[in-house]
Amino acid sequence: MRLAIAGAGDVGRSVADLAGEYGHEVVAITDSAGAAVDADGIDVEGALERKVGGKPIGSADPARAFETDYDVLIEATPTTLGDAEPGFTHVRRALEADRHAVLANKGPVAERYEELRALEADSAGSIRFEATVGGAIPVLSTIEDCTPQAVTAARGVLNGTANFILTRMAAEGLDYEHVLAEAQDLGVAEADPTFDVDGTDAALKFVILANVLADGGFSLEDATVEGIQDIPGSALELAAEDGRTIRLIGEASREGVRVGPRLVPENGALAVTGTRNIVQLETKHAGSLHNSGRGAGGPETATAVLSDVGRLPDR
Amino acid sequence: MGDVSEPESDEEEAETDGGVRAYTVRLELVDEPGELLRALAPIADNGGNLLSIHHERGNITPRGHIPVEVDLESPPERFDGIVDALRDAGVNVIQAGAEHYGEELNVILVGHLVETDLSGTLSRIEDEADAVVKDLSLAAPDGTDATASARLRLAIDSGRTEHAFETIRSIGADKELTVVEPLTGGEA
Repeated sequence: MRLAIAGAGDVGRSVADLAGEYGHEVVAITDSAGAAVDADGIDVEGALERKVGGKPIGSADPARAFETDYDVLIEATPTTLGDAEPGFTHVRRALEADRHAVLANKGPVAERYEELRALEADSAGSIRFEATVGGAIPVLSTIEDCTPQAVTAARGVLNGTANFILTRMAAEGLDYEHVLAEAQDLGVAEADPTFDVDGTDAALKFVILANVLADGGFSLEDATVEGIQDIPGSALELAAEDGRTIRLIGEASREGVRVGPRLVPENGALAVTGTRNIVQLETKHAGSLHNSGRGAGGPETATAVLSDVGRLPDR
Repeated sequence: MGDVSEPESDEEEAETDGGVRAYTVRLELVDEPGELLRALAPIADNGGNLLSIHHERGNITPRGHIPVEVDLESPPERFDGIVDALRDAGVNVIQAGAEHYGEELNVILVGHLVETDLSGTLSRIEDEADAVVKDLSLAAPDGTDATASARLRLAIDSGRTEHAFETIRSIGADKELTVVEPLTGGEA
């Protein structure tokens, strides 16, 4: 397939880097300042070198990416809330041109799911978005394999930063502020970790899960969300006295979405440590399934994007 | 029914600080006006504190009586007296004991627990959430006027867990406390 990649952050760059290995060709990659476009395949290495060197990724107008002959748009611009722009418009342009779109950007799928599905219904192209939930972990494809009707709920840990902070607090008996600073030094937490620690990032992923289970109907404002900023070390100590610990747990079902700090058994499946993520699917006929792994990172998320590309029907 | 005046002594829980325990008494009442009030009087008169009453009017027993479930707390040494007084008053006691509380769950509260009247918070949880506080651990590493954490072990009536936690969440919201609930259901 010929890929046009919108967004040249960690994920967009990793998709470009790994596309060849998966048998695909990159015909365009854009960032906010420019684009590299070539219908015969761009020079990926040169484009990534320019980007990493602080230069625009290419000299073309980003809009040109949509005019070239591509099969799949990879939407990997930063997640935005509300109208989910510019990601939503990118996907709309692809579908209106009867191209496929694979999203790593959570915004459009969490905030405007029904509109996306309506555009898809009118298009010869399809959308896929495995990379929006749990990075490398196959969550949505597992639900698809089980058929969504047979999955009653999804629960688990889908934010590595919050999980790292809670793990360190429990292990070292340190307070939130201290561990957050450490996580920032290690590059685990961003300079502005707000969406990770206040539950928003996890909530977007569980909203997407609820949309898949219920075939739409949810956006971020329908979710009940609490973060971990107010959890002191003493709460984790009390939890440990009883063989429990605290994790930022999300729950998605056809009834709603909830994210907040919860008590879970210390040695239970959901008490993953460090930046690891886990999703538990409750099925109608087969009990629980657990999928665990790396929930973030450029190459990790890119593998989910490229697996989606492989699942697309031929155009 | 046989002799039911003894609470289940082999599953006796440790007493709470005030020496008060929770009990559930299942009664069958004749469907007549004033019958419920008449059945409840002996409880209060003998040192019992009513926690909640489930009056299942629509659910008539084969004998044509209405089953009523009464949750109460009393000092253990007075419970036998309450059951005897109910029988003396002609009330049909079909089951008595504390084994009714099916689930014990932990919840952690975080915030200015002492300043926001911890014992008041506990009373509200017992009164409004139909839960019994079995045990409390408090951790206040920075002193009692700073942020503190408390772990509560709660006995909650089977099937009432969701109601109990909804209520605890709203009490937490009133008092600006963070409520860390257990994750229930599924294979956590």
